[in-house]
Amino acid sequence: MWQYVGRRLLLAIPTLLGASIIVFAMVHLAPGDPIAAVMPADASGADIEATKKAYGFDKPLPVQYVVWLGKVVQGDLGRSIATRRAVILDVRDALINSLVLAVSSSVLAFGVGIALGLLAAFRQGKALDKLASGIAVIGVSVPHYWAGIILIIVFSVQLNWLPAMGAASDGGVIEYLRHMVLPTVALALIPLGVITRVVRSAALDILAQEFVLALRAKGLFDRRVFLHVVKNAAPQIFTVLGLQFGFQLGGSVLVEAVFSWPGTGYLLNLAIFQRDIPVLQGVILVLAAFFVLLNLLVDVLQTLVDPRIARH
Amino acid sequence: MDSGVSVVTLPRETAVLAGSPMSYWRTVAWRLARDPATVVAGTLLVLIVLSAVLAPWIAPHDPNAGSIRLRLAPVGAPPHVLGTDEQGRDMLSRLLWGGRMTLIAGLTPVVVAFLLGTALGVVAGYAGGLTNMLVMRTMDIFYAFPAVLLAIAISGSLGPGLFNTLISLSIVFVPRVVRVAESATVQVKGLEYVAAARASGAGVTQILRHHLLANILGPILVFSSTQVSLSIILAAGLSFLGLGVTPPAAEWGLMLNTLRQSIYVNAVVPALPGLAIFLTSMAFNLLSDGLRDAMELRG
Repeated sequence: MWQYVGRRLLLAIPTLLGASIIVFAMVHLAPGDPIAAVMPADASGADIEATKKAYGFDKPLPVQYVVWLGKVVQGDLGRSIATRRAVILDVRDALINSLVLAVSSSVLAFGVGIALGLLAAFRQGKALDKLASGIAVIGVSVPHYWAGIILIIVFSVQLNWLPAMGAASDGGVIEYLRHMVLPTVALALIPLGVITRVVRSAALDILAQEFVLALRAKGLFDRRVFLHVVKNAAPQIFTVLGLQFGFQLGGSVLVEAVFSWPGTGYLLNLAIFQRDIPVLQGVILVLAAFFVLLNLLVDVLQTLVDPRIARH
Repeated sequence: MDSGVSVVTLPRETAVLAGSPMSYWRTVAWRLARDPATVVAGTLLVLIVLSAVLAPWIAPHDPNAGSIRLRLAPVGAPPHVLGTDEQGRDMLSRLLWGGRMTLIAGLTPVVVAFLLGTALGVVAGYAGGLTNMLVMRTMDIFYAFPAVLLAIAISGSLGPGLFNTLISLSIVFVPRVVRVAESATVQVKGLEYVAAARASGAGVTQILRHHLLANILGPILVFSSTQVSLSIILAAGLSFLGLGVTPPAAEWGLMLNTLRQSIYVNAVVPALPGLAIFLTSMAFNLLSDGLRDAMELRG
C-alpha cells in the first residue's frame, strides 16, 4: 500500500508542473502589455524599459518561466504591481478567510447532505425521498451568486437581520460569525445538492446487495442495518466530500464577489481588473496546489479506509 | 427520479415493447414522454428556447432604449409588464434578448466539448500507448483547477467578450468529455465483438464508425447533457463578474450584476435575471436526469 501512496505522490509532481505552466502561459495569452496597465500615460520609453527589466519581462518566455518557477518553489510569488506588497502575504491573508468560509459551508453542506441522502435512500419512493431529491436538484441547478443576492435581499434588506457585506475583522467574534452566515449558506447550496445525490445513490446500491437482505433475514433491527449500509457506502461518500471541499475553496470567487468577502476569490477578482499579474498568478497557483494536494490526501486516506483500492 | 422502473410502469411498458418491436431510441423517447419531470422540464425548455429565438419579434420594447424617468418601475406597471431596470429599460424585452446571449454562451462550449472531446477521447482510447498517455496526462493538468477557478482565470487573462467566454468555458469542458470518451472507448475496444470484427478484416474506420462510436456516443451524449446547466451557470457567472458579455448587450448574468446595486430600491426586479438562469439550468438538469434514466445509464 505504501508503494501505491508513493506512486501517487510522484504522479502529483507532473500535474503540479503542468498546472504551473498553464498559470504562467495564461498570463502571456493576455492581450496588452502587463506593464502598460500600471505605468502612467506619460511615462518615457526608458522608464517603461527599466520597469520591464525590473520585472524580468524583457527576457524570452522559457527563461521567464524557469526564473519564475525557481522563485515560486522557494515561496516567493513576487510583488504586487499595484500595491508593491509581497504577493505571498496577500494570498496568505486571503486564503485564511477563504478557508474559513470553505470549512463552514462544507460542514453545513456535508451534514445536511449526508442526512438528506441517507433519509431519501431509506424511504425510497416516499414523500421524504421526493423532497430530498427535489432539494438536491435545486441545489445543483441554482446559480449560487444569485442565491447570495436573494439571501441579501431577504435577510439584510427586508428583515435587516444579518449584514450583507464584508468580514468585520475588528468587531469581535459574534460580529464575524454574523457576517459569515449568508455567504456560508450561499456557498453550501451546490455541494449540498451534489452530496445528497451521491449519498442517496451510494446507499441505494448497498441496500440492493444481498448481504443486506441476509442481515434483515437474520432479524437485525433497522438501526443496525443502517450502520452496515453507512459503513459500506463510506468510501464512496468520502471521495465526494474531499472533492467538494476542494471545489469550495476554488469555487468561492463568485460568492466572495457578491458578499465582498476578503478571500482569495475577491483578491483574484481585484487582480484581474487591475491587471495585477503577479497577484493573479499567485492566487491561481496557490489554489491549484491546494486542490492537487487535497485530491492526493483524499486518495491516500481512501486507501487507508479501503485497502482494496490500492490493488487496482 | 431514479426509480423510473416502478412496479406500475414496468408491465405496461413490456406489453408495449412486446406488441411492437421498437428501436432503442424509440424506447428511450417513449420512456422520456412518460416521465412527468422530463415532460415539465422539456416544455419549459422549449418555451425558453423559443422565446430567446423569437426575441426580435415578440419583445414588446427595444431592449436598449431606456428612460431616466422610468427607472426601476415595479413589476406589473404598464406598459412594462416585468418592470424596468436601473436605466429604465423594459425588463421583459431584456430578459428575452438576454436569453439568446446566455443560451449561446452556455450551450456552445458543451457542443464544442462534445465534438472535440469525443474525437480526442476516441483517438486516445483506441490508439493506446504513447498517444493515450500524452493526451490523457495533458487533460489531467486541467483537473488541477476547480472548474469555476479555471474559467475565471482564463477569462480574466483573455479579457471580457463573448468569444473569450466561449474559449474559456470550452477549455473547462473538453477535458471532462475526453475522460468519459476515453474510458468508454477502452471499455468497448476490449469487448470480443470488436476483436471479431478486426479478425474478419474490418478496417479501422469501419470499426470506429460501426462498432465503437455507435456504442459510446449515447453515454457521452448523456454526460455532455449533464454539463449544460453548469456551463450556463458559469457563462452567466462570468458576465456577472464583468468577464463575459459586455454592456449594453442584454445577458442574464450581466443584468443581475448591474441590477445588484438597486436591491434597496426595488427587491423584485433585480431577482428576475437570476430566476431565469435558475429555471433554465434546472430544466436542463431534469432533462439530463430523465435521459440518463431512460437510457438506463448510471450517472
